[in-house]
Amino acid sequence: MCIAWRNLMADFIFTHSYLIQAFPLLSFVIIGLGMTKAGKDTVKTIALILSALSMIYALLTALTYLFTVIGQPQLYPDRSLICFNLAWLNFSQNLTADMGIYLDPISVMMIVVITVISFLVNVYSVGYMKDDPGFNRFFPLMALFSFSMLGLVISSNILQMFVFWELVGVSSYALIGFWYEKPSAVAASKKAFVVTRFADAFFLIGILIVSFYSNSFDFQTLNSPETAAMLNKNYLFVSLPVNLLTLATLLIFAGGWGKSAMFPLHIWLPDAMEGPTPVSSIIHSATMVVAGVYLTARMFPLFAASETTLAVIQFVGAFTAVFAAVIAITQMDIKRILAFSTLSQLGYMLFSLGVAKVVTTGHHDGGINQLGYSAAMYHVFTHAFFKCMLFLGAGSVIHAVHSNDIMKMGGLKTLMPKTYWSLLAACLAIGGVFPFSGFWSKDAILLAALQSGHNFTFLVGLITGGLTAFYMFRFFFLTFHGQPRSEFHDVREDPWMTIPIVILTVPTVTAGLLEHFFVSQVTVATLAEGGHFAHPGWLPFVASAAAFSGIALAWILYGRGKIERAAVLQRAAGSLYTVVYNKFYIDEGYLFITHKIIFRWIATPIKWVDRTVVDGTINLCGWLLQLGGRGVRFAQNGQLHFYLGVTVIGFVMLLFLGK
Amino acid sequence: MSLSHFITLSLILCAIGVYGILTRRNLIGILLSVEVILNGANINFAAFAHFKAADPTAGAIFPIFVMAVSACEMAVALAIIISMYRQKKRLDVYRLEELNG
Repeated sequence: MCIAWRNLMADFIFTHSYLIQAFPLLSFVIIGLGMTKAGKDTVKTIALILSALSMIYALLTALTYLFTVIGQPQLYPDRSLICFNLAWLNFSQNLTADMGIYLDPISVMMIVVITVISFLVNVYSVGYMKDDPGFNRFFPLMALFSFSMLGLVISSNILQMFVFWELVGVSSYALIGFWYEKPSAVAASKKAFVVTRFADAFFLIGILIVSFYSNSFDFQTLNSPETAAMLNKNYLFVSLPVNLLTLATLLIFAGGWGKSAMFPLHIWLPDAMEGPTPVSSIIHSATMVVAGVYLTARMFPLFAASETTLAVIQFVGAFTAVFAAVIAITQMDIKRILAFSTLSQLGYMLFSLGVAKVVTTGHHDGGINQLGYSAAMYHVFTHAFFKCMLFLGAGSVIHAVHSNDIMKMGGLKTLMPKTYWSLLAACLAIGGVFPFSGFWSKDAILLAALQSGHNFTFLVGLITGGLTAFYMFRFFFLTFHGQPRSEFHDVREDPWMTIPIVILTVPTVTAGLLEHFFVSQVTVATLAEGGHFAHPGWLPFVASAAAFSGIALAWILYGRGKIERAAVLQRAAGSLYTVVYNKFYIDEGYLFITHKIIFRWIATPIKWVDRTVVDGTINLCGWLLQLGGRGVRFAQNGQLHFYLGVTVIGFVMLLFLGK
Repeated sequence: MSLSHFITLSLILCAIGVYGILTRRNLIGILLSVEVILNGANINFAAFAHFKAADPTAGAIFPIFVMAVSACEMAVALAIIISMYRQKKRLDVYRLEELNG
């Protein structure tokens, strides 16, 4: 009886789970359409209340999910349910696209992360944006952003996901270019939009291929073994054998490739720092960039069927992880350091998904190690909190110092104590120090790589861990320790801004407690576990050693808040340093390709054809018509005399001709 | 005096009227020309009534009817012309082209 009643209640809550998404949309509509001229207090109140309601409902849904779905494995064997479904588009009798809400461990995890972070960032923004003339424009856009991201994670089919995927792109475009009077912000928002759109084109082609063969858009169908088997065929494409499954999954992954800013499409993310800091914070933690990782996790059973796809994911992830970490070491802009650290952490998440495929040896038959999947999702979870906090802290510092350059900071420890201690926790977490959350999730990722036999990737992950600790503490020491390197005026901590940071310390420190839950529950229920794996006891010590050596090196070089020792090293490295500092000239390479090659050799001839041939034909038609018109217009001069004269002449002529 | 004399007279009057309309630039001149055309037509009516019709009264009614209508028309037209003159200080039809499309 009691269970029946509980399930009834759960049904009620699940049926109305669209409310999670409806509140931010409401906020966007009310403030964005109706209150652009309203007072800041009204706007602030409405934005915060609706954001809080969304968060509360999300937490309620998550709790209900925990008790009814996770708690009753006999009722929900694959731990997922579709709790809301509407027919949306009927393409043909067999092919329909729905609008639905799909709850499974990862989507529930994501709605919690998104709504909590979105709420905290909203609170923070009240303080951060209080003097900005665009205050009333900012909150509806933020609401639209979280609405889109929520829609993305709870989508029940891939077409619905694509719609919200693009909405995320649009709202990030609006937010990165929020200060549209700055040319650099406009350029950055365009860059972000164009790069992600470029990747999305492949995503759409992938969706079309997959749904063409499987006759469905639903994730449940797409992820079924039947679909994978149906797609697993070789075709000859220009005398090259192409496996359709690999091709389709790689195309779908390309969407995530751009959205999660993996090398070489990473160029938009550091520039996206042009937006206000709360925007960077939410882009880097809960929305936008994790969308790519989420997509990969969502389609994981299908991806896992193709060994090549997972190998590509693993390689791209691992390479980006170490590549971004190396660049982060040399950067001077506080937000750029954090941006590159996000790239590096996203690399971690993706290669963790990639290493879920066990290396085929005599021992194992190349099955799936679910730990890779769980660890990736766990890292998404922990990373969201500490990265959000790092950005919010950096925003507070920027707000106080009015500069992004860490060379102009230093000695802020006594001036901003709350920010100092919170950021210390975040840096320890991202650096992977026991017992902070980052330690557990990174440990799980490294363990997954090791268990699956990807030793090289494991090594890359380990080194990147050391580098991460080093550059995070370089940033930390240079910002807070030593003597101030420029004049600060009126450095204060705004409570609107410090409270969210302090609250975020809680998950940052304690999320490690959830490791067991993630590893046991956040798995793909439909995939078989690829056997038992050893759990080497030395791994946590090695990982900690890497982290501590990074921190120690940072302390030696920058511990006193001085840069003399580092400058010596920098001079010693010479041109190598310059190359890394300029981000390996990837941006310049893109500029060269687009301007010198595409613009000059492709766009210019096309432009010539357009201007002369296409426009010429149109102009010829117009000219002929004008010529005819001129003849007709001669008779229509509006003078009655002329008309009458013509009439009389015509009359006389008729008289004579009539005879 | 036969019917053809009257028809010739009315034709001449009509031709003078048309010539006036075509050549005059002044609105009042055009108006006078219109009157001349109408009178030419009236003479036609009267002549045919006198020489050909069984009942001459029917033919006499039409010229009177035309005269009444043209008097009304003249009153309206003059009113328009006067107000136009007050506004524009000119009555040259070639220069009054505000309504030209």
